Amino acid sequence: MVNSQGRPTQPQAGSENSSGTDRPTFTGNRALQLEEPLIFETGRTDITGVDLAEPDEFASRLGGHGRTAPIDLPALSEPEAMRHYVRLSQKNYAIDMGLYPLGSCTMKHNPRLNEQSARLPGFSDIHPLQPQSTVQGALELIHELGRWLVTITGMQAVAMSPKAGAHGELCGMMAIKAALTARGKTPTKVLVPESAHGTNPATAALLRYSVVDVPARKDGTVGADEVKRLIAEHAGDIAAIMLTNPNTCGLFEPEIAEIAEAVHEAGGFFYCDGANLNAIMGKARPGDLGVDAMHINLHKTFSTPHGGGGPGAGPVVLSGALAPFAPLPFVEKDGNAYRLVETEHDDGGSHPFGRMTAFHGQMGMFVRAYAWMLSHGSDGMKQASEDAVLNANYVRAGLADLMSLPYPDHPSMHEVLFDDSFLKDTGVSTLDFAKAMIDEGYHPMTMYFPLVVHGALLIEPTESESRASLDLFIATMRDLVMAAKGGESERFTGAPHFAPRRRLDETRAARNPILKWAPPAPYEEAAE
Amino acid sequence: MRYLPHTDQDRADMLARIGVGSIDDLFADIPADKRLKAPLDLPPHCGEMEVARMMRGLAAKNLSAVETPFFAGAGAYRHHVPAMVDHIIQRSEFLTSYTPYQPEITQGTLQYLFEFQTQVANLTAMDVANASMYDGSTGTGEAVLMAHRVTRRNKAVISGGLHPQYRAVVENLSQMADDRLDILPPDPAGSEDIIARIDDETSCVVVQSPSFYGQLIDMKPIAEACHAKGALLVAVFTEVVSLGLIEPPGAQGADIVVGEGQSIGNGLNFGGPYVGLFATRQKYVRQMPGRLCGETVDAEGSRGFVLTLSTREQHIRRDKATSNICTNSGLCCLAFTVHMTLLGEAGITRLARINHAKACRLAERLDAITGVSVINESFFNEFTVRLSEDAAETVERLTERGIVAGVPVSRLEPHNPDLADMLLVAVTETTTDDEMDRLVTALQEVA
Amino acid sequence: MSVKYTDEHEWIRVDGDVATVGITAYAAEQLGDVVFVELPAVGKTVEKGGDAAVVESVKAASEVYAPVSGEVVEVNEALNDAPQTVNEAAEGDGWFFKIRLSDTSQLDGLMDADAYKAFVDSQ
Repeated sequence: MVNSQGRPTQPQAGSENSSGTDRPTFTGNRALQLEEPLIFETGRTDITGVDLAEPDEFASRLGGHGRTAPIDLPALSEPEAMRHYVRLSQKNYAIDMGLYPLGSCTMKHNPRLNEQSARLPGFSDIHPLQPQSTVQGALELIHELGRWLVTITGMQAVAMSPKAGAHGELCGMMAIKAALTARGKTPTKVLVPESAHGTNPATAALLRYSVVDVPARKDGTVGADEVKRLIAEHAGDIAAIMLTNPNTCGLFEPEIAEIAEAVHEAGGFFYCDGANLNAIMGKARPGDLGVDAMHINLHKTFSTPHGGGGPGAGPVVLSGALAPFAPLPFVEKDGNAYRLVETEHDDGGSHPFGRMTAFHGQMGMFVRAYAWMLSHGSDGMKQASEDAVLNANYVRAGLADLMSLPYPDHPSMHEVLFDDSFLKDTGVSTLDFAKAMIDEGYHPMTMYFPLVVHGALLIEPTESESRASLDLFIATMRDLVMAAKGGESERFTGAPHFAPRRRLDETRAARNPILKWAPPAPYEEAAE
Repeated sequence: MRYLPHTDQDRADMLARIGVGSIDDLFADIPADKRLKAPLDLPPHCGEMEVARMMRGLAAKNLSAVETPFFAGAGAYRHHVPAMVDHIIQRSEFLTSYTPYQPEITQGTLQYLFEFQTQVANLTAMDVANASMYDGSTGTGEAVLMAHRVTRRNKAVISGGLHPQYRAVVENLSQMADDRLDILPPDPAGSEDIIARIDDETSCVVVQSPSFYGQLIDMKPIAEACHAKGALLVAVFTEVVSLGLIEPPGAQGADIVVGEGQSIGNGLNFGGPYVGLFATRQKYVRQMPGRLCGETVDAEGSRGFVLTLSTREQHIRRDKATSNICTNSGLCCLAFTVHMTLLGEAGITRLARINHAKACRLAERLDAITGVSVINESFFNEFTVRLSEDAAETVERLTERGIVAGVPVSRLEPHNPDLADMLLVAVTETTTDDEMDRLVTALQEVA
Repeated sequence: MSVKYTDEHEWIRVDGDVATVGITAYAAEQLGDVVFVELPAVGKTVEKGGDAAVVESVKAASEVYAPVSGEVVEVNEALNDAPQTVNEAAEGDGWFFKIRLSDTSQLDGLMDADAYKAFVDSQ
């Protein structure tokens, strides 16, 4: 007897042609792409996903300050909550999924050893204000991490407490303002190149400095002559220059030492935005270039995860001139013991300008960054920078004939900048082009930044990408450029087609901001 | 090197493709005399096993709060975080994603930020919350700057009940921005007359409840006095669990609410990373610092979320931005919102009640010890006791017995002899009866 | 009454001693979808060339400068609820504010329609 029961083991003939891709599903889901409502639509206020025993009767000491109205916070049980967040996670792109070429953001691999280290109870379960004798390992780690940062950058001191890059910038500029004040100087202006990150002018403005724009030269770099001219024009009134190096066009500023000298001669300081440190570790030290203060984004160069927008950490390295003004707190080594200096009372000879934050900075990030540094060592960090620069130039070499390089005269550092002139007359914008990359499985590069070129596309592959990964990326980009030039505009203008969402209406979001969930008004239903 | 995919052959082939002879040709723009000739004076790379051993060695030199009777608070609290929270925040798609500038492929991040904003707004009884600040202290500094922008006045009045390190952050920021501050002296009992300090030049009054010393403050009269003079009330908290039980600042008339969210979802981590909560009234939303996530629709009409009102932010507004903040506390928001989703209304209310009940019980027992007195009339889960000797010394002696008795006020207010005998004692749901017994016994012996 | 233009892309229409000010259709198009307008307080005194209002699209925020000095006597409250009017009728219903002129001679340096068109074409 032959048994003819059982499931078919081949796709039915002809099924490859039966178009199902546009067919709506009952649930709105598309297989693994699952729609997920808000917790406020599915949760309930009468359940909880945490078991807690009601306390015994007790005499309250709230003194009449008790809550009188409900909060309106729904809960999900643990299995429901797990599904909710796992489904949400599947709507995200991530460095663990693929190349994340965001220029100026340094999206490199995040080793899991670092996560594991940060979760050791000896780091994660210690309180910032428990007795110092019980946290000697933590203080040692902060001190050692600081020593590594100072060595890598060739500077004199480091302030560890800033919480992220922009906070570090603020810290560095505050040290500059404090040092100037100590000299009896009150200049009012800060030089900022047009190509700078937005945080630079925002930081200067927070300290009530007015910003003097420094135009870029035709080759994308800042000229010492122009800086000298502006110093002369604003004689005696320049507090500092804020310069990114390598700059946001991905170029090393060749006249940086001369610029530093000119600013110093004028009585000002040199603030360097350290966002692009990943290009020069072990190759050059900011301290040798005349830098007075530079923040270091541990969440870029030293690979602490971005986490969808933070947390970061922004320690600031300082020159000898600024070191005495470093903020509280700081760690000192005293024989074999480590001491946290928290108040001016016991600061010794220094003149801390104040305090950036409660407690001592982003310890969780320090642990991760230190593990990364130990793993790489002196040789590995240099190799990482060389590979980052190699990868950016390899992408450039693979695309330069099809895309447009605004600054072909200099080698790129760790990122390569294109402008949109290669899209001229195609009907495809930089934004369309980037959105089409999403359909190909890539996160877009940084767009429309820096502002010094039209329709900027800034690509930073980082050292984490293999040659095979870069080859596929280059081939994909070439295919997209050919398609744009070949008139396949629907591949771009409607993109992305295959993401969890199509293009979102940002105008609507800004004109009528809905910033929290509100229950739908019941009368609307009746009105229809 | 395990994190670098290239072989030397790959590198050579790639250099050939680029058309340069050596890697140093790509670094040619660095002035020759500025190039590093020697390797950095740091050790060479290490294997995972060796690094893990070094990290364990450092961690072992610290006393973890879960290993010992533990009563330290003062702005950072030992709470139980459900196991699921850490699993979710370690998912690749959340952990290794960037700021959601491409909304089509970051709806996961954007939706949880929208949920986070709603939870924070509801918890504080405010109209709108942002998608986080670095922590409570820097958030407080931003609140004072925001009040300046809203009122166009530049004198803030700071309560003596504000956490001293928060105060220092505000002081620093205000001084650098050439703003004026009127700072009241430390106020352990919550008896200061802050209303008398409000005048026509006041931009805002900053009040913390529960205060640094644990005292609960009635903010309604302060809010009324502020509004009568055209000033804003900035309400601060350092223990977000308290909002499960006490009247929220929004219901008391606060205009800006700012606080530390660490207690929900986030570990102690020696002080960071934490998550600053920041909420305000609808009418001030365009003066708010930080990121905001808003609801919209996509090209097919499906609901989705985007970062919005970005024109307030540094990457567009540059020197006219409301703040220079960029990277914030994204993943800590996620930890907060996952934990809060598990708790919900019933959970946060009960959690708060447990914290308060245990604190009441310990306060009563400590108060009964000769030479120890609780100074607060009202409190939530932390209170101040006056000892018969220097509190820092007591803490040191109890540490030798393996008990972290609390935070001596003098650690944060070192210049004030009147406060030297004061100890802040915090109690949470994690505090066991045995821990309380050991603290009571030890204090009886040393006090 | 004729309309004058500034090189910051504002238009100004004078009626007696009161001038109505807005941004030009060209400026509105360059900005993209306007989502928010911040108007000055009525009674505020503005200086020629000083900040008077802010206009925001999703991607950009721009200052609107006072083309002449004077006191703000009226603002276009309708823009608070319908900022898109700036895109739809920049030089009509999308006006921003009215100023009582303190010095009519300041009008002399402004462009007329032909000059402004030439200015835009040269941009």
